[in-house]
Amino acid sequence: MTEGYNFAYLDEQTKRMIRRALLKAVAIPGHQIPFGGREMPLPYGWGTGGIQVTAAVLGADDVLKVIDQGADDTTNAVSIRRFFARTAGVRTTTHTAEATVIQTRHRIPEIPLREDQILVYQVPLPEPLAKLEPSRAETKKMHALAEYGAMHVKLYEDITRFGHVSISYDYPVLVNHRHLMSPSPIPAFDNPKLHMSAALQLFGAGREKRLYAIPPWTSVKSLDFEDHPFRTTRAPHACGLCGATDSYLDEVVTDDRGGRLFCCSDTDFCEGRRPHE
Amino acid sequence: MSDTLLSARDLSLRFGPIVALDGVDADLWPGEVLAIVGESGSGKTTLLHVLSGQARPQGGVVWYRDPDGHEQNVHAMPEPALRALHRSDWGFVRQDPRAALRLDVTAGGNIGERLMAQGSRNYGNIRTEAAAWLARVEIEESRLDDLPRTFSGGMLQRLQIARTLVTHPRLVFMDEPTGGLDVSVQARLLDLIRGLVASLGIAVVLVTHDLAVARLLAHRIIVMQRGRVVEAGLTDQVLDDPRHPYTQLLVSSVLQA
Repeated sequence: MTEGYNFAYLDEQTKRMIRRALLKAVAIPGHQIPFGGREMPLPYGWGTGGIQVTAAVLGADDVLKVIDQGADDTTNAVSIRRFFARTAGVRTTTHTAEATVIQTRHRIPEIPLREDQILVYQVPLPEPLAKLEPSRAETKKMHALAEYGAMHVKLYEDITRFGHVSISYDYPVLVNHRHLMSPSPIPAFDNPKLHMSAALQLFGAGREKRLYAIPPWTSVKSLDFEDHPFRTTRAPHACGLCGATDSYLDEVVTDDRGGRLFCCSDTDFCEGRRPHE
Repeated sequence: MSDTLLSARDLSLRFGPIVALDGVDADLWPGEVLAIVGESGSGKTTLLHVLSGQARPQGGVVWYRDPDGHEQNVHAMPEPALRALHRSDWGFVRQDPRAALRLDVTAGGNIGERLMAQGSRNYGNIRTEAAAWLARVEIEESRLDDLPRTFSGGMLQRLQIARTLVTHPRLVFMDEPTGGLDVSVQARLLDLIRGLVASLGIAVVLVTHDLAVARLLAHRIIVMQRGRVVEAGLTDQVLDDPRHPYTQLLVSSVLQA
């Protein structure tokens, strides 16, 4: 552990401020809470929101896992994991089942989470209505009055033009039958895992300085029409490494002659299923 | 006058030294078309905004009878209730349809928006309803999936009317609905509005500077000058036998074709 830093990098007052905002966020599921986002030693868009939330909830006994697009071994995941290993001295892991805090970018682990786990999302654009209504004052009013008809206009247009809703990631959800929420850019495939999750789910948007949360066992419904119900899509292949047919797949180009491999995006899940020699 | 749909008493509003409204009274009964006429700057659009709750008067009150029969003070209503009213029981047709429509959303999506805002969640039903309304405003159903930017000015205005009427409002505010359209398109649009208003029994508050539009659509007429109502009465009575000098001037200045 590196000397000279406060536990988990942020000072105690900042962590307290973030925890207060998180308590509000948990009290109003899906509602965005402003917080005084700090400069972090990594660029906006690399997880500054998630890293601040993680710093605020991390305790000395926690075990941290960081995933980026499902993988534990990419630059973003490795450097954030090492950051907390050095500034907080916490134990880190790549195994989902061993972790107590999981910071994630763009995926939810394949295996179901437990009540003693916290999932922290990195969020680029917290406002689900931003593309429909550019005014922040107006979107706040729309949230306050639960005027979410405009979002369905977007779905209507998709069905009209493409025959189905073409949103494949960051698919808008209604949390606790009340607040429209952006689930961060997780694939729509992962949306059902948000619903009635045993784990506490926290979302941090560093650039936009907003926090929100889904408490455990909360209803999360993906928006849809009665006659065009929400459904997930998945590449029609089995994982080329472990053979899984129910996991979310990455398509990996393997050579310059059209060769490609479909494999689980959740590397920990995939490794756990492969025989070890 | 207990059965009025909308009733305004002693409205006043000043913008600095400019008197926009000065002791204005107005009444609207269910199913009636009321025209507000006057020259530019006479306060007619301000009156429309005050009646529809979009602007707050400095004095006076506007009463609205909701579908349950309760009288509501429009400017004392909480904002959620007023916005809900604007989404369902009321409609607002603007002069410029481009300001009211979503130009990057298909005609069907534009018409369906108010239905979805009211909680319709069945794609097939919304689409059927949108197609039916497109036909009612005399636009071919094959244009249902086209973007409004491919529509002509007259079609855009008819699309705006379909989008407004789809929730069957009881009261529609119209601000110069035929402004900026050529004469033959205007005539067709007026004919359409008259037919729809009569068949659906909608009450309309219509702002226009065009006396011909008022004569064709309105049952009653209010003539405004410098924020005051100078004459009010049945349309034919006011236009055929104007009593106030200003109304006489307005009527006599209409070009005879």
